Amino acid sequence: MGIKKEDIEYLGNLARIGLTDEEKERFAKELEKIIYYVSQLSEVSTEKIPPVWHVLPVTNVFREDGVEKSSCSEEILSGAPDESDGFFKVPRII
Amino acid sequence: MEEHEIVIGLEVHAELLTESKMFCGCSTKFGSAPNTQICPVCAGLPGTLPVINGKAVELALKAAIALKCRPASFSRFARKHYFYPDLPKNFQISQFEEPLAEGGYLSIEGRTIRIKRIHMEEDAGKLLHSEDEGSFSSVDLNRSCVPLIEIVTEPDIRSSFEAEKFLASIKRILEYLEVSDCNMEEGSLRCDANISVRKKGDEAFGVKTEIKNMNSFKAVRKALDYEARRQISQLKKGEKLRQETRLWNDGLQITEGMRSKEEAHDYRYFPEPDLVPFTVDSSWTERITAMVGELPVQRKERFIKDYSLSDYDAEVLTAGKDTADYFEKCAAGYPNPKLLANWIMGDIAALLKSHKTDICDSPVGPESLVRIASMIEEGKITGSIVKKALQESFDTGIAPEKIIAEKNLAQIHNEDRINAVIKETVEENPKAVQDYKNGKEQAVSFLIGQIMRKTSGQANPAILKKNLLEYLKEIK
Repeated sequence: MGIKKEDIEYLGNLARIGLTDEEKERFAKELEKIIYYVSQLSEVSTEKIPPVWHVLPVTNVFREDGVEKSSCSEEILSGAPDESDGFFKVPRII
Repeated sequence: MEEHEIVIGLEVHAELLTESKMFCGCSTKFGSAPNTQICPVCAGLPGTLPVINGKAVELALKAAIALKCRPASFSRFARKHYFYPDLPKNFQISQFEEPLAEGGYLSIEGRTIRIKRIHMEEDAGKLLHSEDEGSFSSVDLNRSCVPLIEIVTEPDIRSSFEAEKFLASIKRILEYLEVSDCNMEEGSLRCDANISVRKKGDEAFGVKTEIKNMNSFKAVRKALDYEARRQISQLKKGEKLRQETRLWNDGLQITEGMRSKEEAHDYRYFPEPDLVPFTVDSSWTERITAMVGELPVQRKERFIKDYSLSDYDAEVLTAGKDTADYFEKCAAGYPNPKLLANWIMGDIAALLKSHKTDICDSPVGPESLVRIASMIEEGKITGSIVKKALQESFDTGIAPEKIIAEKNLAQIHNEDRINAVIKETVEENPKAVQDYKNGKEQAVSFLIGQIMRKTSGQANPAILKKNLLEYLKEIK
């Protein structure tokens, strides 16, 4: 399989996080192990097994379209690293 | 330009007209103070579970059936991953492999634009980049998790004009079915486009670009025109085109390439484990089909046929469901549809607009309009009286026929009453009478004007003129 440093770099880009060279190498090794572990599943023959869409055998679970008044918006806002005038404040990315 | 053909596909997003959000009970109301309509679910806090809003599914199915799509018997949600501050979960709950509906079409101006799929998803929050905030952006999550449908066409559109027509037609249908209010300024209808050019007669598609950030019908047309010109001139210079996402800059009226880092298209979809799938059986489809009923374009054709209206009149009257219903209620009680159409599209439309009233709440109900139309035809009232009565009806909320009756605005046919006023007016204006005797014909118009003033314009003009001339002859 082989997870390369460039793959980690690419994933880091998608996730918008900066990684040091040391991290990239370490994560490449770790991710490779994880993928190897999961890939053992592909050895199982699943030809005659119908796909499972969800662990629960239920469908069509809907709620009524009713408004419940938000009661904890201030609390949610207070958990943010920074806020101003009711907005979440984040580093500018454009 | 002529040697090239333009190929366009559209992705139209419409916010669904639900009271609450797609997966939680927060309100979808537009324009509230920032972050006052958020809860742990739509703010993406860990440990929360989404639950599908059934009304959203129903509205999405209405759109699907109106656009001739096949609703999927089995449908599920998927996570679309991207990292951006307007998306608190770092993934958007959308649909990927099993969308709500597929394989529809919409005809515009005799051409068929195929619709590839319609799927449901949640909206993202809103980012504000104010100048004085410097290196910060502000995030409002009120819009986060508002239900959306995305309508994706096949690359069947061949001009910016067609793209605009298609959008207008979609807007009309979604508004008519009350699936979405399609307000482009408020962002409840949005559109991205894929556009490429190729030599006429070529089978293969050219390299396409995706255009985003078009916030009005006009912007869609202008952005596509600009982009087609740009691509063609690149090709003519022998340059290669790059597949990329470009943003329409409405200020500069150009499309601009995004930095490649911002346009990662690797969304790593996987099935949403927090939601169970849903199935749409035939009885549900039938129920929705019945709800959809007659679409605007079909109703327009019927109006032209059944009521002998012009194409233009039928188009205006069927633009909104309420107006079309109102017209039909009137037409059921009155045999001259054209007269009704004129009053509805003219004075009533203007008064509804100036009084910011919906036609369903109009003080002039269908019965009132029928009564008034009959009175006009019977010669009991004049057009100018009707105008006055309608105006007053909108100002006071009193039905116009009541105003006409109470204020005694109906035309005066009673010859004795008219003759009395004639006599009085002639006696008060000896000079005009003398002028008439000296052969000045316009003196008659002057006298008619005076009599009309005395009767507040209600004297029947034909009787008035005939009797005045007779009276003037008598006193000669």
